Amino acid sequence: MDLMNNNLWRVKVGLAEMLKGGVIMDVTNAEQARIAEEAGACSVMALERVPSDIRKEGGVARMAAPRVIREIMDTVSIPVMAKVRIGHFTEAQVLEALEVDYIDESEVLTPADEEHHVWKHGFKVPFVCGARNLGEALRRIAEGAAMIRTKGEAGSGNIVEAVRHMRAIVGQMKKLTTLGEEELVHEAKELGAPFELVEWVAKHGKLPVPNFSAGGVATPADAALVMHLGAEAVFVGSGIFKSSDPAQRARAIVRATTHYRDPKIVLEASEELGDAMKGLDVRQLEEKDLLQTRGW
Amino acid sequence: MASERKIGILAIQGDYEAHAKALDRLGAAHTYVRRAEDLAGLGGIILPGGESTTHLKVMKEEGLFDALKQFSANGGAFFGTCAGAILLAREVHNPPQASLGLLDISILRNGYGRQLASDVHLGPTKLHKEPLEMVFIRAPIIESVGEGIEVLAEDASHPVLVQKDRVLAATFHPELTNDATVHKHFLSLLPRNGKS
Repeated sequence: MDLMNNNLWRVKVGLAEMLKGGVIMDVTNAEQARIAEEAGACSVMALERVPSDIRKEGGVARMAAPRVIREIMDTVSIPVMAKVRIGHFTEAQVLEALEVDYIDESEVLTPADEEHHVWKHGFKVPFVCGARNLGEALRRIAEGAAMIRTKGEAGSGNIVEAVRHMRAIVGQMKKLTTLGEEELVHEAKELGAPFELVEWVAKHGKLPVPNFSAGGVATPADAALVMHLGAEAVFVGSGIFKSSDPAQRARAIVRATTHYRDPKIVLEASEELGDAMKGLDVRQLEEKDLLQTRGW
Repeated sequence: MASERKIGILAIQGDYEAHAKALDRLGAAHTYVRRAEDLAGLGGIILPGGESTTHLKVMKEEGLFDALKQFSANGGAFFGTCAGAILLAREVHNPPQASLGLLDISILRNGYGRQLASDVHLGPTKLHKEPLEMVFIRAPIIESVGEGIEVLAEDASHPVLVQKDRVLAATFHPELTNDATVHKHFLSLLPRNGKS
């Protein structure tokens, strides 16, 4: 595991460590980034359109325009992340040249490669990737992802898929800690994940990188829920800037994430908010409309 | 005495768990601090790495900003790493922002640049003979130090570990290494028997 035993890997995971307990907010321009930072976001994610608009408008969703990303980087002092299409390593090279702080190889954008994800160990900039279960998380870590987030169902405003994915990842990790060596070999085959990483998880009971949640967070209570289930930080996409009160909602979600163990504070954070984004019943979506099934 | 020596770790956001593990390795009792009342009975507090803008925002909302100043006035010890060092500084640049002002240093946020400039260095320290491993992540740079500030370690001619009395600040992350030197030094700064 030399790829994961060097100083570059340490500072990649190290930045993810610094984001723990915080909220990373999707923004599409410098003004939204400023609102997010003032509300207490620990990082912002630059993208062309928030997921709910991508869903509504259709078309190919790509990396955001470098000019917009640069404006966001010039506006805020917190780390700036940006999304690339799955497998689109030249979009990633462009973002590395732009010096963004983290790259999200994201199912929210239209995949550029249906078989291969980016070889992330080949980059100096760290990557975060989405996962629906432990096998997927470990495959992404094997490729060099220094942070994992649940996929959830982006742009749905519905927390059910993020809950499903977080419970799957945490449950599968718990199971590994109870197995013997010979069972781990079989489990690695079942998970479709490298044995060394399966063994590491069995020994430590957690992922070798921070484990965050994304996809469907719309309210302070949603954020507190995924934190209780094992998320170490929260990504909020459409939930903030598609609500009727972005600045207030952003602040409330930050507060609920910090104090997720204290229902009184989550209550305070939930009061006096306007309308949350409308949201979708994921069961009514057709398979072709699901974003989470992109990537493997 | 035991309760007086308990250490708080500001747990608004950031790598507070890494600090808890570092203290566990030294057998030091600790608790997480998220509200002003959590400071009661503590001997010292660690301000961890993370985003100083987020910490500042939540500290002010929870009344922790003033409570921490009072905690210092009452003789409590402070140890800030990276974002924590920014919060302790007298003056903050890039951009200017509020701070607790408990340490007479001027500090430049993201002084080395963005994440691509994050790195691990080895450098000399006054705390022991061997070089100290220093993990810098979007680290600030200490631009100048006031009178009476002791520089305990430097990197590329910048002070990176500084102290005055019971306030210690590092621009790097000793909590992300297995070297307990800096945390051990912080433990030596805690008030004994609750007296200054």
